[in-house]
Parts: sequence; C-alpha cells; structure tokens
Amino acid sequence: MAYQQINNIRIDGIVSCVPSGIARTVDYNIISKEEQSLFIKTTGIKERRVASSDVTCSDLCYKAAFDLLEEFKCKDEIDVLIFVSQSPDYFLPATSIILQEKLKIPKTCMAFDVNLGCSGYVYGLSIVGSILQSGQFKKALLLVGDKSTISTSYTDKSAYPLFGDAGSATLLSYNENTSPWYFNLQSDGSGKDAIIIKDGHSRNPYNKDSDELIEIDKGIIRAKKHLALNGMDIFNFALREAAPNIKNLLEYSKTSIEEIDYFVFHQANKLINESLRKKLKINLDKVPYSIDLFGNTSSASIPLTICHQLQIELKSNNCKLLLSGFGVGYSWGSLICEVQSVYTKLIEND
Amino acid sequence: MTLEEFTRALELEFEEIQPGTISPETNYREIEGWSSMHALIVIAFIDNHYDIILSASDLKQTNTIKDLYLIVQQKEN
Repeated sequence: MAYQQINNIRIDGIVSCVPSGIARTVDYNIISKEEQSLFIKTTGIKERRVASSDVTCSDLCYKAAFDLLEEFKCKDEIDVLIFVSQSPDYFLPATSIILQEKLKIPKTCMAFDVNLGCSGYVYGLSIVGSILQSGQFKKALLLVGDKSTISTSYTDKSAYPLFGDAGSATLLSYNENTSPWYFNLQSDGSGKDAIIIKDGHSRNPYNKDSDELIEIDKGIIRAKKHLALNGMDIFNFALREAAPNIKNLLEYSKTSIEEIDYFVFHQANKLINESLRKKLKINLDKVPYSIDLFGNTSSASIPLTICHQLQIELKSNNCKLLLSGFGVGYSWGSLICEVQSVYTKLIEND
Repeated sequence: MTLEEFTRALELEFEEIQPGTISPETNYREIEGWSSMHALIVIAFIDNHYDIILSASDLKQTNTIKDLYLIVQQKEN
C-alpha cells in the first residue's frame, strides 16, 4: 500500500481562480427541463464556470499564483514549482516552466508538470511534501487545475454539463513546527477507458477522423478528440474505492473520524459524495460542497472548495483536514493534514 | 427488507414519481422519464442500503424491480 508520512510541511496559502463566465444547467438545451431537474438533483450542479477561448488553465493558475505571491512577497524564495493538469498549454514545453518565467520566479527554481486529474491535488501535495520535507528546499508553489470545457462536446449530455474550469495555487513551506501529514495513494489502470480523450496524442495522433461526430447513444454525440466519460463505471469505481482508501488512511494514521474537522472531497457528483459521506458516517456539516456553483473542476475542486467554503475556518482555527481525490486513471488518494492560519482567497478571471 | 419494502423505498428515491405508481413487476427502464441518471440513483440506493455495488453488467441482467431485488439477495448470500 502506498502509505506515506511527511513531516515539516506547512500550507501558507491557497488561492483559487475561476473564469467569470457562467453556464447554467437550466440553459443546457440538449436535455429536457425534466432531465435538467434530475441532473441538478443527482449531480448537484446548478452552474459552472467556463473560460473563454483565449484563456487557458495556466492563465487561471497564473492569476491565483500572482495573488498568492503578492500576499506573501516571496517569489524570490520559490524553489519548487509544480503544475498538475491535464490541459497544459502545449504538448511541450512543460507549462510549469512557462509559468516560472511568467511569474518572475528565479531560474534557481525547479519546475515540472504532472499529468493527473481528479486526484491531482492530493498527489501534488504528496510530491511537494516529499521534496520539501528534507529541508533542502524551503518554499514551493503547487499549481493545480484544468480547463476541461475545451475537451467536451456540447452535444454529449454525459460529459458536457458536468465540468467547469478552475485553477489554483497553493504555497507550501518547510516548517519544523507542524504535525505529520499522512497519505494513501492508489492507482488502477484497468479504468483507463472510463474517462479518456482517445485522439490527439501519440497513441492515436490527431487525424481526419478525430473531428467526426458520432452518435454513441441518445443525447451523446461526440468525436474521438472529445473527452468520453462512462458515468456508470466511474460511479462504481468511486463507490468501491474511495471509502476503503479513506478508512485505511484513518487506520494508518491512528485518526478517528471525529478528530477530522472537515472532509474535503473531490467535487465529482453529489450522489457519489453523499454516498461516500453516508458510508463513512460523517455529519453533513463536516463535508463542504462547491459543486453546485462550479461543477466538477477536476484537480482544482479540492482547493476551490476550501477557498469557497472554509476561508474563515482556515484563517482563524487549527483545522484537521482529510482531503480525498478520485477519478480519471483510475487514480485516487487521500491526505490527513493539520493546517493553521492559512490565507485563502477565491478570485475571478476577467 | 421485503420485496414490497424495497419497491416502496426505491420509489421514494425517484422523487418525481407518484407514490404507488411502480410495482415489483414494473420494468424500471419503461418508467416515464427514465434516464441513465436514474440508474446511478438505483446503484447508490442499493449501495447505501446493502453495501453492494451493482455493475453495468449486473444491471443489464435485470428488467424489473423484482429482478433488482433478487440480484441483491443473490449477492448478499
């Protein structure tokens, strides 16, 4: 099992950035009014944010990071910059390196990309924590998010109304006066087809057929260049794997459910998250939601939920958090961490 | 949970359906307005009540509410 304990890490601040453009479920006219109501009831998604065509995920992360670096006045101290996303600016070079220069972070900073989706924030924290904990590097910037709306077909009701765009920036530092963090990280490539964009990379390079719209089922028309989502498979995966992963982590870290102040789950779908909450017997007031206003924002959904729902709590209190991300891959993982006096902010891109 | 209790409890999950509309013999895919979202509601309902997760292939073997009940019973034993 991929359990991990990391020491000497502190979260200084988290800023999330969403586009100002709003897409409402009630305006999605591919489905009937009745289907819209059922969709809202099941997924919880009333609206989501959609970036305009000239805005990328890295632009949203840049804006979040810029705000964070202005607040802490520490851009010259950043030793590590990691960009976790499945919507990079280019095939190459890595977007993290472009952001290093754009943010005017010194060339002494290491920068690299990580290709993960819904589990990306938890994995990103594990990677950053692993690098920082030795004390050789002092500060790190973890940039996480996706512009998923660029990949979905408007005529695919199984995917299009689910996803929103968002970027986030988390500033972490080496600090010896902190409690250990505990991770449980898992992977299962047998689920690769559950969420996949088949064409456009080296396995199936973009070709003349990649744009051809195909009717997969009633209300599901998409091309091979689009994101394809098998809702039932991903739903089953989340029900099957997320709860045991969390239970095992609680056991590994010798932590009880009652000790956790907030459980911040990846905002996949309200039905999944409510099932998870009930399985773990967690009170509703310990499980914040942001999916109603932002949809599924991939790897940004955990920091976005923190910035939207837990600003006051994280600023004033010592909070024990359990973060859990699960989805595309399949990839999933959870983290238990204590945070204190964390600067959080939610901003809009113009 | 008896078959009748199972039927009534599942009916409650479909908030837009009038109580008493469905019976154990109802082909659930023929319920007016049925969609893939309802299938997820069924899976979540069974998971919440029985801690059993039905797969897509499990659902394909079923047509009626009674079929669902029986497949759950089979997996429980």
